[in-house]
Amino acid sequence: MSALLEVEELDISFGALSAVRGASLEVRRGETHCLVGESGCGKSVTALAVMGLLPRNSVRQARRLAFDGKDILSLDEKGLSRLRGDRMAMIFQEPMTSLNPAYTVGSQMAEVLVRHRGASKRAALDRAAELLARVRITSPGMRLGQYPHQLSGGLRQRVMIAMALMCDPELLIADEPTTALDVTVQAQILRLLADLQKDLGLAILLITHDLGVVARTAHRVSVMYAGEVVESSPVDRLFNRPMHPYTRGLLSCVPVPGKVRRDQPLGSIPGMVPHVTQGFEGCAFRQRCALARPDCSGPIGRRRPEADRVYLCQIAPEEMTVS
Amino acid sequence: MLQFLARRLLVALLVCLTVLTFAFALTRLAGDLAISIAGPNSTAADIEVVRKAYGLDRPLVEQFFDWVSRAMVGDFGRSYFFREKVSTLIFSRLPITLTLGLVGLGIALSVALPLGVISALREGRPIDRIISLVALLGQAMPSFWLGLVLMITFGLHLGWLPISGTGTWQHFVMPGVVLAFSAIPALMRLTRSGMIDAMSADYIRTARAKGLSRTSIVLKHAARNAAMPVVSIAAVQLGFMLGGSIVIETVFALHGVGFLAWESISKNDFPTVQAVVLLLAIIYTLLTLGADLLNAVLDPRLRAA
Ligand SMILES: Nc1ncnc2c1ncn2[C@@H]1O[C@H](COP(=O)(O)OP(=O)(O)OP(=O)(O)O)[C@@H](O)[C@H]1O
Ligand SMILES: [Mg+2]
Repeated sequence: MSALLEVEELDISFGALSAVRGASLEVRRGETHCLVGESGCGKSVTALAVMGLLPRNSVRQARRLAFDGKDILSLDEKGLSRLRGDRMAMIFQEPMTSLNPAYTVGSQMAEVLVRHRGASKRAALDRAAELLARVRITSPGMRLGQYPHQLSGGLRQRVMIAMALMCDPELLIADEPTTALDVTVQAQILRLLADLQKDLGLAILLITHDLGVVARTAHRVSVMYAGEVVESSPVDRLFNRPMHPYTRGLLSCVPVPGKVRRDQPLGSIPGMVPHVTQGFEGCAFRQRCALARPDCSGPIGRRRPEADRVYLCQIAPEEMTVS
Repeated sequence: MLQFLARRLLVALLVCLTVLTFAFALTRLAGDLAISIAGPNSTAADIEVVRKAYGLDRPLVEQFFDWVSRAMVGDFGRSYFFREKVSTLIFSRLPITLTLGLVGLGIALSVALPLGVISALREGRPIDRIISLVALLGQAMPSFWLGLVLMITFGLHLGWLPISGTGTWQHFVMPGVVLAFSAIPALMRLTRSGMIDAMSADYIRTARAKGLSRTSIVLKHAARNAAMPVVSIAAVQLGFMLGGSIVIETVFALHGVGFLAWESISKNDFPTVQAVVLLLAIIYTLLTLGADLLNAVLDPRLRAA
């Protein structure tokens, strides 16, 4: 059986800027797939490209973009909108502004079921109340009648999650769902997502900065750097034996309790992410890489050191000794 | 909500009181009323008689409080020129002006809203540019001139519409269009910018992520949020329209409040002038109040405040 979501050689550009270059990843049914990488490396636009929600000033190309084995690259806005909210749903980084201030929680949740299932308003509201309880919101009946401004950020994000679940989607894309929230609330929301994933058999594409979250929730991980997926691997093997020098850099920056401050930013590798425009050649990490060689500025090979793993580097696994 | 309402009502009342004072003061500042009422060929004795008869010999403060206390109960005295009670005079003219204002606003909204939305959805494309250009040209056109052009074209040459008077609904079409023209550019620009803002908001991305139809996204999620500034401005514009109807009522010979204002000013009929100014102020405050209330209905955050 094919993966639930297949992305092959995805390219996204904004004018001359290449935001995503040849990114490939797969999300399998019932799995949590984490997408990690420094700020600006193209995680959000990759997710938006899957949902067909890219801004108008962008160009999207891909060799293949498929959901449940069916091509979604050629779908028009109308065709895509039938999938969105029904079989694949998305929650965003900004819980404070992602709900419409003018409508009640109940009305915003209900319209999803009304749209995709032709449910009655009444039935949709019942379902909404049930899901609010499911995401551990107390007195759901009362919340249905409230407006977003009456809810805290954490509650709004729970509402967003509940709303995403209205039609029992197979895929949930969560773009840094906890970044804007308090640390304690972050932990609650992540636990909630992990529980939902187990209980409902959801597949989750989780975008995050936090390798701790990856270690706790992911089945698979894809690491992005300057628009490319530079490494993709099952989570345990990635942590045990990272392949790509960038991944290694990331992992060496994981805070160790007592040694490094908790809020140290991920990816504090010396140097800057290069500005990648069209026609860029070679490995984008080479200026920051301890193992860089002359052939790093040519075309880069795709290496598959073992089953289910892939990384983008000139250096073979057996040569990766220095670090 | 009740608190909100009470606060708005209080403000409205204060505005009306202020206008009341100004209306009174302005008519007194315009010169010696007794002289202008008595006419150019009158003797000093005549003027004295007039002064006494109209109570203009009393101290200003007394005149003011006398007028205010009567105005409170709807008694604005008698018109000097029309020899009629001012209240009767105004209420016979008001329906014409209100009809004109509403027709004008109706036309303005039904043109400005769709154009504004289309412009916003096609931001930066040729259709958006064309609409903006037309709006600009419209704004540059004086209403008396537009009124005359319409009269000549549709009234005289084509004979489709009556050019003056108030007998049928057809009489209100041309004046309504002219009145609407002055309000369309502002309303349209506001609708456009409101819709552009709304369409780029995060909640619209959410609405799209939910797979909602284009219609629901534009008309339900975006328009509701874009509507608030439009409602406020529409109220203000309707106020301007009622003021602007002085020109249009004169051009089209509609005997409404605007025409009455013009007549009474030129005849120095100060009880009528005062009453008309006050009436316009009250209508204006009521409109703003109405807009605030409508906005409170549209935006739950305002209700909480
Ligand atoms: N609307 C846009 N117009 C122009 N460029 C954009 C736009 N959105 C994103 N980009 C560019 O695309 C690149 C990738 O952005 P993206 O938002 O996907 O980063 P990210 O990995 O999600 O970062 P973060 O962790 O900060 O959310 C960035 O260089 C950004 O400047
Ligand atoms: Mg992002």
